[in-house]
Amino acid sequence: MIKNSLVLAFSAVVLFSCGGSSDKISNGTDSTSTAKYEGDNTLKIDGSSTVYPISEALAEEFREQAPDTRITVGLSGTGGGFKKFVRSELDLTGASRPITASEDSAAKANGVEYYEIPVAYDGLVVVVHPSNDWVKSITVAELKKIWEPSAQGKILRWNQIRPEWPNQEIHLFGAGTESGTFDYFTDAIVGKAKSCRGDYTASEDDNVLVQGVSTDKLSLGFFGYAYFSENQDRLKLLPIDDQNDANGKGAITPTAATILDATYQPLSRPLFIYATKKAYEKALGKDFLNFLVEQSPKLVPETGYIPFDAETYKLVKDRLVAGKTGSLFLTLKSTVGVDLKAELKK
Amino acid sequence: MEETLEKPEKPVSRKKPKMTFESKGRTVYYQLQDKIFKYFALAATSLGLIVLVLLLYSVFSSGFDRLDWDFITSLPSKRAAKAGIYTAWTGTLWIMFLTTIIAFPIGVSAGIYLEEYSSRSRMSNLIEINIANLAGVPSIIYGLLGLEVFARFLNLGASVLTGSLTLALLILPIIIVSTREAIKTVPYTLREASFALGASKWQTIWNQVLPASVPGIITGVILAISRAIGETAPLIVIGALTYVPFAPTSPMDEFTVMPIQIFNWVSRPQKAFAENAAAAIIVLLSITFVMNAIAVYLRHRSQKKVKW
Repeated sequence: MIKNSLVLAFSAVVLFSCGGSSDKISNGTDSTSTAKYEGDNTLKIDGSSTVYPISEALAEEFREQAPDTRITVGLSGTGGGFKKFVRSELDLTGASRPITASEDSAAKANGVEYYEIPVAYDGLVVVVHPSNDWVKSITVAELKKIWEPSAQGKILRWNQIRPEWPNQEIHLFGAGTESGTFDYFTDAIVGKAKSCRGDYTASEDDNVLVQGVSTDKLSLGFFGYAYFSENQDRLKLLPIDDQNDANGKGAITPTAATILDATYQPLSRPLFIYATKKAYEKALGKDFLNFLVEQSPKLVPETGYIPFDAETYKLVKDRLVAGKTGSLFLTLKSTVGVDLKAELKK
Repeated sequence: MEETLEKPEKPVSRKKPKMTFESKGRTVYYQLQDKIFKYFALAATSLGLIVLVLLLYSVFSSGFDRLDWDFITSLPSKRAAKAGIYTAWTGTLWIMFLTTIIAFPIGVSAGIYLEEYSSRSRMSNLIEINIANLAGVPSIIYGLLGLEVFARFLNLGASVLTGSLTLALLILPIIIVSTREAIKTVPYTLREASFALGASKWQTIWNQVLPASVPGIITGVILAISRAIGETAPLIVIGALTYVPFAPTSPMDEFTVMPIQIFNWVSRPQKAFAENAAAAIIVLLSITFVMNAIAVYLRHRSQKKVKW
């Protein structure tokens, strides 16, 4: 009796798995022999979920021209990716912030040399509900007043920020403390990464923040530019004035153009892909990184991010060819307000 | 509300037990209480159902149109309309299969040992408390354990085998507890009758106790597996991937699973990816429903054979 039911249970499971393996054959482009990348046809990519769409697009497009390769992309987050990267468990890792000093020294301790490759710009946007008719623009000082830790429990109404705004509650929505978006926003606005008030609606999922801001008349929130451009009818975008006329006078509305020419400051940040020197030394890694530099202007906009201009990508490639390893940001400490092109030229 | 009604009445009825008017009042009160509880229980039951219906409605309305053969057989893609779940569902089936063949024999054997062989000692008490505690450990902790022990120490990497071993650990407590509960329901007279006929302990367990408790054990195992295929966090920790352009062909291959793909699509800004996520949820739900159907069928089949 028991035997029968056990046999049945197992045969059911076996049947499932057989279904899996027989279907394979029809789809088995990956089983053909490797010609160009004899020996090592794998490339492991992991890291930030913000950079993931770019890595996925690159891996997919690259596979179309080289179907016999095994390029995989994971989703461990910026910090999780670096932890594996510095143990050389990965070839490439995506990062929404530059490598930190402690991660860099861990890499050095393990003998891992790496290239730092900026791939695209991501803008952070500050948005309010579309029916909000009192806010036309906002300054960085006002944003700091709202978000700094001492605002907790004190700055609760719109007229506390600017006296002419209505005496109504303000409802705040923002990235959760685990995300790179949170780190960058607090660094750029409050002046210190991770320094922020705690009494706001936080989510790691930007779609939740879109939902929150678009259904609350008194809301103010921040998240990635791509999430705004997909939901333009439900949100009102705020131009931001950094009160520094050197990079554009007055309040600047975030667009692809203003993010690229660095007049939308300080809320535009570069995204990175880090590659181990070992990965660049193998044929597949080298081809993939060249592909990355060449195809990014075309592929990055499809993922909702803003590509650099041609000159920047060329500078990035020059650094690869010249074998310049290590990070530019260990001495700069922060990406806020950095002129990437000037730094790459150094 | 209950207390305010009861307090003034209690002393009254105690002092004058023979007053029919009072006792009639109490009967009406108890009947009312009965009714209130009945409707409360009904509401509690339907709440689960309503939530399920709402969930199914929202998932089906946004994902059903997206669901076609291409979606099932395509690789993941940056273009939502082209993207599919082929590598995700093959990964999920591999994980399901391996997790079952690892966790099932270990879990059931442990359950049998604790219920049939072990005596009430300090050691077995300790084991029991530990199993109960393990069932409450957050799943991400199992992921960390899997990463260090299976992926790094045993050098299995981010393979299907590492994922299955990790998930097997995660569901072992559930299988052990449900096995023990199933074995407990077998009346002791059955064992005594078997011993009286000269059967050994092993013969009694294999021929009497286990057949009688199979329905409960299988139900527990299937519920545990259903939980395992919904897990994301421990698999992400051990290094399960998201974009994999090939299906696993051996236990040592890298993989992705459906919940990771769904999680990835849900968090994307483009709405078309949200539809993909809904369609993938429909497929994952179907897998779970099929498994539950198998469980119900097996239970029904083996229950018919048990005649005491």
